[in-house]
Amino acid sequence: MSMNGKLSGSNGRLSANFRLKKTKETMHGHGPNSFRKWKRNFLFLWLLGFVSTGIIWFFLSFNSIALERNERSLDSCEEKARILLQQFNVSRNQFHALASFFYESDQIAFLECAKHSGPKRPSSDGVACALKVMCSEKQDFKMQKMWVVKNTELKDQCPVQADNIPSEHDLSFLDHDTSVSQNSVSLISREHHTGEKNISQGSERGVQPKNNFENSSFCLGQGCWLLLIVVILSCKISGVRLKLDWNGKNEPAPSQPETQKLQLLLQQKQQQLDQSPPKGAGKWRKKLLIVFVLLGILTSIWLFWHLNQKIILRREQTLANMCDERARMLQDQFNVSMNHVHALAILVSTFHHGKHPSAIDQKTFGEYTERTAFERPLTSGVAYALKVLHSERKQFEKQHGWTIKKMETEDQTLVQDCLTENLDPAPIKDEYAPVIFSQETVAHIVSIDMMSGQQDRENILRARVTGKGVLTSPFKLLKSNHLGVVLTFAVYNKDLPPDATPEQRTEATVGYLGASYDVPSLVEKLLHQLASKQTIVVNVYDTTNTSDPISMYGTDVTDTGLLHVSNLDFGDPLRKHEMHCRFKQKPPLPWTAINASIGVLVITLLVGHIFHAAICRIAKVENDCREMMELKARAEAADVAKSQFLATVSHEIRTPMNGVLGMLKMLMDTDLDAIQRDYAETAHASGKDLISLINEVLDQAKIESGRLELEDVPFDLRSLLDNVLSLSSDKSNDKGIELAVYVSDRVPEVVVGDPGRFRQIITNLVGNSIKFTQDKGHIFVSVHLVDEVKGASTVGDKVLQQCLNLVQDMSSKTYNTLSGFPVVDRWRSWENFEILNGNNTTNDPEKIRLLVTVEDTGVGIRLDAQGQIFTPFVQADSSTSRHYGGTGIGLSISKHLVGLMHGEIGFVSEPGVGSTFSFTGVFGKGEVSSLDSKWKQYDPVVSEFRGLGALIIDDRSIRAEVTRYHLRRLGISVDITSSLESACTYVSSVFGTSAFAHLAMILIDKHIWNQEAVIQLRSMLEEHRQNGKLDVSANLPKIFLLGTSMSSIERSKLKTGGFVDNVLMKPLRLSVLIACFQEALGNGRKGQVRRKKISTLGSLLREKRILVVDDNKVNRRVAEGALKKYGAIVSCVERGRDALDKLKPPHNFDACFMDLQMPEMDGFEATRQIRRAENEVNEKLASGEASTEMYGNVSHWHIPILAMTADVIQATYEKCLKCGMDDYVSKPFEEEQLYSAVARFFESGS
Amino acid sequence: MLGLAADRLRADMNRLLAFLFHQGILDEQFLQLQQLQDESSPNFVSEVVNIYFHESEKLLRSLRSLLMDREFSDYNRMGIHLNQFMGSSSSIGANRIRNVCVAFRAASEQNNRAGCLRALEVLEHEYCFLKNKLHELFQIQQQRVLAAGVRYPMQN
Repeated sequence: MSMNGKLSGSNGRLSANFRLKKTKETMHGHGPNSFRKWKRNFLFLWLLGFVSTGIIWFFLSFNSIALERNERSLDSCEEKARILLQQFNVSRNQFHALASFFYESDQIAFLECAKHSGPKRPSSDGVACALKVMCSEKQDFKMQKMWVVKNTELKDQCPVQADNIPSEHDLSFLDHDTSVSQNSVSLISREHHTGEKNISQGSERGVQPKNNFENSSFCLGQGCWLLLIVVILSCKISGVRLKLDWNGKNEPAPSQPETQKLQLLLQQKQQQLDQSPPKGAGKWRKKLLIVFVLLGILTSIWLFWHLNQKIILRREQTLANMCDERARMLQDQFNVSMNHVHALAILVSTFHHGKHPSAIDQKTFGEYTERTAFERPLTSGVAYALKVLHSERKQFEKQHGWTIKKMETEDQTLVQDCLTENLDPAPIKDEYAPVIFSQETVAHIVSIDMMSGQQDRENILRARVTGKGVLTSPFKLLKSNHLGVVLTFAVYNKDLPPDATPEQRTEATVGYLGASYDVPSLVEKLLHQLASKQTIVVNVYDTTNTSDPISMYGTDVTDTGLLHVSNLDFGDPLRKHEMHCRFKQKPPLPWTAINASIGVLVITLLVGHIFHAAICRIAKVENDCREMMELKARAEAADVAKSQFLATVSHEIRTPMNGVLGMLKMLMDTDLDAIQRDYAETAHASGKDLISLINEVLDQAKIESGRLELEDVPFDLRSLLDNVLSLSSDKSNDKGIELAVYVSDRVPEVVVGDPGRFRQIITNLVGNSIKFTQDKGHIFVSVHLVDEVKGASTVGDKVLQQCLNLVQDMSSKTYNTLSGFPVVDRWRSWENFEILNGNNTTNDPEKIRLLVTVEDTGVGIRLDAQGQIFTPFVQADSSTSRHYGGTGIGLSISKHLVGLMHGEIGFVSEPGVGSTFSFTGVFGKGEVSSLDSKWKQYDPVVSEFRGLGALIIDDRSIRAEVTRYHLRRLGISVDITSSLESACTYVSSVFGTSAFAHLAMILIDKHIWNQEAVIQLRSMLEEHRQNGKLDVSANLPKIFLLGTSMSSIERSKLKTGGFVDNVLMKPLRLSVLIACFQEALGNGRKGQVRRKKISTLGSLLREKRILVVDDNKVNRRVAEGALKKYGAIVSCVERGRDALDKLKPPHNFDACFMDLQMPEMDGFEATRQIRRAENEVNEKLASGEASTEMYGNVSHWHIPILAMTADVIQATYEKCLKCGMDDYVSKPFEEEQLYSAVARFFESGS
Repeated sequence: MLGLAADRLRADMNRLLAFLFHQGILDEQFLQLQQLQDESSPNFVSEVVNIYFHESEKLLRSLRSLLMDREFSDYNRMGIHLNQFMGSSSSIGANRIRNVCVAFRAASEQNNRAGCLRALEVLEHEYCFLKNKLHELFQIQQQRVLAAGVRYPMQN
């Protein structure tokens, strides 16, 4: 269990690590295929199975050991029982012997005998007393004896429990007469029962160890399972935790603050950048794994050693137990025998020497010993030798009738059929010990002098000195030829005190009783009685002479490793005996230990292998991850590089392409033949396509790289739309498509946004529309506020209203559209816009939201292609590019641009009917004044038209509305009639009112052009004028024709025919309208005034030589340029000193412009010096010192010097005048100021 | 069709100019400068502006070196430089630079070195911005001239 505990401990320690690894592993290997997972699971299952099998097997092996042990314990139990039985038998035999002796001896002798033989029956003295009381009832008594003995023996076994009760019963035996004996028998039998109980308890106790073993092995198994469960659980838990971790990592809680997320990202980035930690972790893991495996191996080795040690110990203990047991038994048996012999000796002393005449003769002795031979199973025979002194020999020999004989050889090992008669008489000695009585088995030794044998002699001498039984060293016994020992007791003629001296003992000695023991048979018999005789080998040695032990029993020694030595005490202190025990077999291999340790090793290695695989995988995944990161970074860099490349290259290509195109255009304008022109045109067209493609790609690249930013500048939406239309008008006119734009009144004049991008979107959409519209129909661009379309019920705008109502009155043959062709329901194009549907109408008063719609009557978009038209480079149909050209990038860009304007784009299209694209955009409200001068340049012109009236004759109200929109921009009030006839009636009806007076123009759509009707209208107007007696100067209303596509011939024909005053080509544009109306109405004086003024200044300065003095190069150049512009001849100098040189009379400069702030010599100083020089010359001239010829025929030198200064303040001006300057001009030349300043000097002069 | 391109270019140019005016980077003077440009001097504006750039860079360099000088005390010379800068700037209509120059000069008159340094930073920044914008403008103009040149034979 300790091993188990250790293991689990180490596992517990490792499990954290394991978890960690597992975490990493699954973190990286989350994605991979399930096969691997399945494989891993399988591996795990397999491992589990293996481990459980190992444990079960382990468990079983433990059980078998327990069984073995149990058997052994059972063995020992049985052994004990047998010993008990035997002891009991011995005692019974004793009694039996006593009983048999009773026949021959009287009671007193018995008493004496019983008293003397007390030590022989230590456990049954009580019984002996009882015997005395109830000798008459022999049979019963015998039975009782048996029980009692049994009882007492049992008492020995369990002394604590049965100590008092038996003695009580003994007492009862003594006190009660036979009548009670039955009762006592029952009591004793009860005692016996308790003894049985004890035995059963003992056997139970024997069983207990088994239980214990079972328990312990069960615990072990349990521990193993527990460990396994813990491992699995830790895996699972770690797995779960890991999953959680993974989830947590994958989708950080939404509640996580943004900064934290950022930090996390940053950390991740750092980790990515810092690649060493994972590597370090991998190394660390590997080290840990190695440590773990080593630990596992060590554990298994230790386990093996530990278990093996245990087994060896157990084996040793078993051997020691068995050996000791055998030795003790042998000793006991021997002692018992010795006691018998001792008893015999006392018997002899009592009945032979104590009686006169002797009660014992050879016959009695032989009979008695023969009949009590069962008591001494180990002795081959007993004999009694008398102590005969040499002086008594003769008498003795005479008395017995034979001579004392000596042993024929010293060596008694030779066994032959020895006959006493053949033996020589004993040589003369001090004393003799002739055998007088002997058992039948050894009857041949009667009359042999025991003192003549070396061994026997020593024995006899020692025995009579010590008064105890003494043993010979082992020797071959006579006849039996077995190894044996002879036990000799001295028989004394009187009772000696225990502390008698050897001399006294020798004195009292009367004879010797000897018994020969057959040791091999003794031991053999003994061992036969014991179980598991076959497992151990027993050797008995006489080790009196330590250097040369004599083997008494046992076969040759084969060394089987383990040896246990037990000392034997046979009651003779001089003789030493030992018992050597060995196992018969060599110890079997310690399979338990081997299996357990191998199991642990295998588990460790397997776990190690799994971890190793996991670590390898982690490392691999990490590596892959890193590689992926690198690749990703590279891909990102490549993407950025691509965008940059595109942007740069596109830009760089554009510039030379312009040159190519320009040159091609010029080439086309030269004199070319048809083929050359065709080539050039083709080249030009291709170049144009290329340019537009490059522009689009550039935009796309810019959008992708996020570099496209929108400007916020105010612009005039309407003029921008005019511009777009004018750009597209060429194409549309070629195709005969009507192109119109309409902006709702509610849209402010100036909006703030990115006009370029806005125009790009519209150009794109209009371009697409033109591309896909064939020779019929119209393209209509309309701009409204989003708020206008929000509630359909409150649509105030007429155009919008009509557009929306369009679908509702489809009954009329011609549709109420711009061209009369059907269009799709534009409402659907924006119905998905969030801005319309959403409720987030957080109206920023500074922001307006525009809804731009481009409607066409083109081929439409196929339904299946409608989903992807906003994808870059995807066209609705691959055939599209073949038919219509283009890259398909335009709509994608438009979508992005709309997105940048915080708007949405949508469309509706029906094949064959047309498409309508709508988009919204958020713009700022702009002030009119914030716009540049472009708008202002129209301003005065527009004001000229303000207040005029116009009549539009058009049968399509929506077209009329569009026209009205344009006219209204010029401040012209508009009336609409649907036909020429109604126009006539209108004219008549308003005639004479102020409305007619203001009526300056009548615009007739070409669609309803009718020459006659127009002539009629014209004449009617004439008529009205004359009738009205109006002022001749008042102009007749001019008649304009509105046409989509008309040749110039047609136009001039109409004009010269006097039908119309002019023809307005659609699309209508403000600039065209203005130009046209101006021409027709005869306005345009302002420009001329301006031109005149400029020419005046030019004439003033023409051919004048002017010196510009300025240290500032820029200023110098600007001044030079400005003056040159007016025809002056300009010289420049840099410094005041140079100016002095130049202006030293005589010179031919007409004027000098002098900068005031100059290094070295500033303007003031220079002027002063110039003036001084001039004065000198003038003085000279005046005084006649110098002729005027010398100074260029000028009588008075005074060059006009004008100061040029940036800060014009009065003080400076005064200073200028003070130092001789004539005037000053502010540094950035202003025309007016320059003129006025210069005029003073030159007008008079010229 | 290149007429359209020319139109677009002109519009682009106008837009850019409008932006510059709107931001107060340029003022009317620049327009006057442009008006000075005619057939006789087709590159007048760019010529002037290039001179301006040349001069300005020289001035900026010397201003910086003056300010970077450790024992700097020559505020007078700086004033002269600044006057020059201001003059040329107002000549081409670089309004914002001029304003910065005024502030710079005020700082230099107060012998406020830190203010001068700050003003110099601003000045350099403004100058770079203007330069970029004007370059862009000239580029467009060149393209336009090219386009216009293409058109020219048509009118004959």
